[in-house]
Amino acid sequence: MWKKHKLLERNSLLLVLGIVIVVSIGGLIEISPLFYLESTIEKVQGMRPYTPLELAGRDVYIREGCYLCHSQMIRPLRDEAERYGHYSLAAESMYDHPFQWGSKRTGPDLARVGGKYSDSWHKDHLVDPRAVVPESVMPPYRFLAEKNLDTRDIQAKLAALTRVGVPYTQADIDNAQADLRAQADPFDMGGGALKKRYGAKVAQRDFDGDPERLTEMDALIAYLQMLGTLVDFKTYQAQDPENQR
Amino acid sequence: MTQPAINPPDSAPWGAQALYVFTGIGAFVAFLMSALTQDPLFRFSSLIFLTAFLLAAGVMTVGIANGRFRYDPNRYEDGVIRAGVIATLFWAIAGLAAGALIAAQLAWPRLFYFPEAGWLNFGRLRPLHTSGVIFAFGGNALIATSFWVVQRTCKARLFGGILPWFVFWGYQLFLVLAATGYLAGITQSREYAEPEWYVDLWLTIVWVAYLLVFLGTLWKRKEPHIYVANWFYLAFIVTIAVLHLVNNAALPVGLLNHRSYSAYAGVQDALVQWWYGHNAVGFFLTAGFLGMMYYFVPKRVERPVYSYRLSIVHFWSLIFIYIWAGPHHLHYTALPQWAQTLGATFSIMLWMPSWGGMINGLMTLSGAWDKLRTDAVVRMMVVALAFYGMSTFEGPLMSIREVNALSHYTDWTIGHVHSGALGWVGFISFAAVYCMVPWLWKKKGLWSDRLVEWHFWIATTGILLYIAAMWVSGIMEGLMWREYTPQGFLANSFVETVSAKHIENVIRLVGGLMYLSGAAIMSYNIWRTIRMPSAQTLAAPTAPVLIAAE
Amino acid sequence: MSGLTYETVARFAQQGGTLYFGVLFMGGLIYGLWPRHKETFNRMASLPLETDEDDHVQS
Repeated sequence: MWKKHKLLERNSLLLVLGIVIVVSIGGLIEISPLFYLESTIEKVQGMRPYTPLELAGRDVYIREGCYLCHSQMIRPLRDEAERYGHYSLAAESMYDHPFQWGSKRTGPDLARVGGKYSDSWHKDHLVDPRAVVPESVMPPYRFLAEKNLDTRDIQAKLAALTRVGVPYTQADIDNAQADLRAQADPFDMGGGALKKRYGAKVAQRDFDGDPERLTEMDALIAYLQMLGTLVDFKTYQAQDPENQR
Repeated sequence: MTQPAINPPDSAPWGAQALYVFTGIGAFVAFLMSALTQDPLFRFSSLIFLTAFLLAAGVMTVGIANGRFRYDPNRYEDGVIRAGVIATLFWAIAGLAAGALIAAQLAWPRLFYFPEAGWLNFGRLRPLHTSGVIFAFGGNALIATSFWVVQRTCKARLFGGILPWFVFWGYQLFLVLAATGYLAGITQSREYAEPEWYVDLWLTIVWVAYLLVFLGTLWKRKEPHIYVANWFYLAFIVTIAVLHLVNNAALPVGLLNHRSYSAYAGVQDALVQWWYGHNAVGFFLTAGFLGMMYYFVPKRVERPVYSYRLSIVHFWSLIFIYIWAGPHHLHYTALPQWAQTLGATFSIMLWMPSWGGMINGLMTLSGAWDKLRTDAVVRMMVVALAFYGMSTFEGPLMSIREVNALSHYTDWTIGHVHSGALGWVGFISFAAVYCMVPWLWKKKGLWSDRLVEWHFWIATTGILLYIAAMWVSGIMEGLMWREYTPQGFLANSFVETVSAKHIENVIRLVGGLMYLSGAAIMSYNIWRTIRMPSAQTLAAPTAPVLIAAE
Repeated sequence: MSGLTYETVARFAQQGGTLYFGVLFMGGLIYGLWPRHKETFNRMASLPLETDEDDHVQS
């Protein structure tokens, strides 16, 4: 015992080793089971990867730092369930690289904001929050409606997400550009193919009310309008013991 | 310039030559990156890389030509610490000013948002504020003081020749890349780890160099025992490296694309991030600054460490327990319950070693309590320790599930981190800088002790206003969110809880501005101190002068 | 990893973690209180007080 301690103390490399061991064992024991325990993520119906337009919108959401004021994690407390809806499931963020749970509610939770407001409400609110909600402290995002969406990387983005585990198919990747454009244009012929790939519930419309252009506003509203709408809570058994942790 | 030089007058040490080559290669790579990429944001960052490397190469060309990179191994490397002190003050002002601006935005959104300038929105500025204060101000303070402490306690010059300067400038480049990236909208949305993959890679290079400088200096020590402050600094350096590598594991969209996607998803990603986030607090904002405390408090009050044994026991318990506490950031979320319980348990245990450190620092003053009255720097240290004790009591309290149900997502959390950041981290760093500046620039003392008093009182009042406002608004909004009418309906819409916080938001801004004024007063005082006539004659050089290192 | 259940992991982490911490804490305590270290520690406690503000490396 004495020898070892003496060594640890006198030799800086052993001190480094001691520190590494102490900090990594704790981290390993705590984090690694999450990757192996099947009960970590509930089995639910309805989850699908983001469509290319929603993904582009999600990247705008991240770029603008929305997560700094809006959580996407409803806790199982009575007031939150009444204010925001059913508590969030781990399954609902299973394709989120990175997660957007947030840590602060300077604004309300957005985990289930999808479908609560109309597209035009979102657009008016994003352009000038205080025109819609006078007491709001949210920043204005008029520039999103004026900025064309840069779609050049969308295929590469889907491909990268596939490599970290999101189940996009090769067809999803190949058609990413077409799917992205189709979703923002209600008259686009590609709508059928888009819904075949991502499900019939996918919203296909002109989100920002400006049919001439595909803007970042289109993408962001498409993302906001699908948040929390995927899981089918009719088939989800919250009381099942497997879902109680 | 006739000198009996060891090296021929025109040759620089090999380390400087290697770094010169490195800056050239770096400039070339950065040029290729900026020329080949299709991604405007990646080009923006590449051009910053390019500018930095070109500047460095230019400066080094002149430096090598004039023989400026030779040094006297019998002197401590203090130039890099002087640079670090100036950088610390610069970033303190920048980070605090960004904080004041976003506080003003929340208080008066109609005045402080600019629809035409999206890059000045809260979401872009908030990471600038947090990283500016934590990594730029705190990080520079840690690097500068660690270089001072490790040289003096090991009685050896910093290892690596020019390597410490690479660490310093490399770290500034990291900060500039991160800060400009936030404003441009480059972020991976991991709180306190927002920089994208290529900035993370650059930081990794710099951090390995930092570890090498620190360890190399430890190896040169004559005393077999390593002084405990260096244990804390070493734990900070090593653990931040581990956390940084694990948390930033991500796949770039392309080698010439700024965007990357996290290797983890959803619940796993959340736990990795908050394991990182909490330990950034534990090892960056606590262990590192405890290292500072264990040198500068005894030094300033001229009393030995109260209990060296306690410092060792509290070191191991602190680093052990901290690493488990992360999940308390995820109470009531979709994280499995066992992990939440584990996190909360260890968070509560954390109270003990934290207070062990506080008591050890405070009791070091025994026999010198009168200095509390006469020396504003000592008072600053004591208040720093008091805030450390306060926030490490508040933290475990907030990690109890039932308390967290109320406090989470509210301003209470913001108040908590600011009592730690402004009270503990800020004050202990300011105190260390006040100690070091007269030594580094060979002055008899500070230009004005009265201004230190002013700094102390303005900043302390500012902190108290800030955290009191956040306690009130945090608890108020937490209660308002869960308030029901007698009929059983939610009593408040969300926006009512926003407008209810207006007064507190204004008070918070006032507190923040006071703290910022304190830092401005300090910067002025330090600037005047540096410009004072030198007291060099007091220190008679003993070693034969080999080279004029300047 | 089918044998890994929620209960196993929870028990392992909670009991194992406590045990691991206990061992480590005792190790630190024994090291800190070991009588032969007393002299070094006393010397070390005063190390910052040595005059070293000057930039000449002391021998």
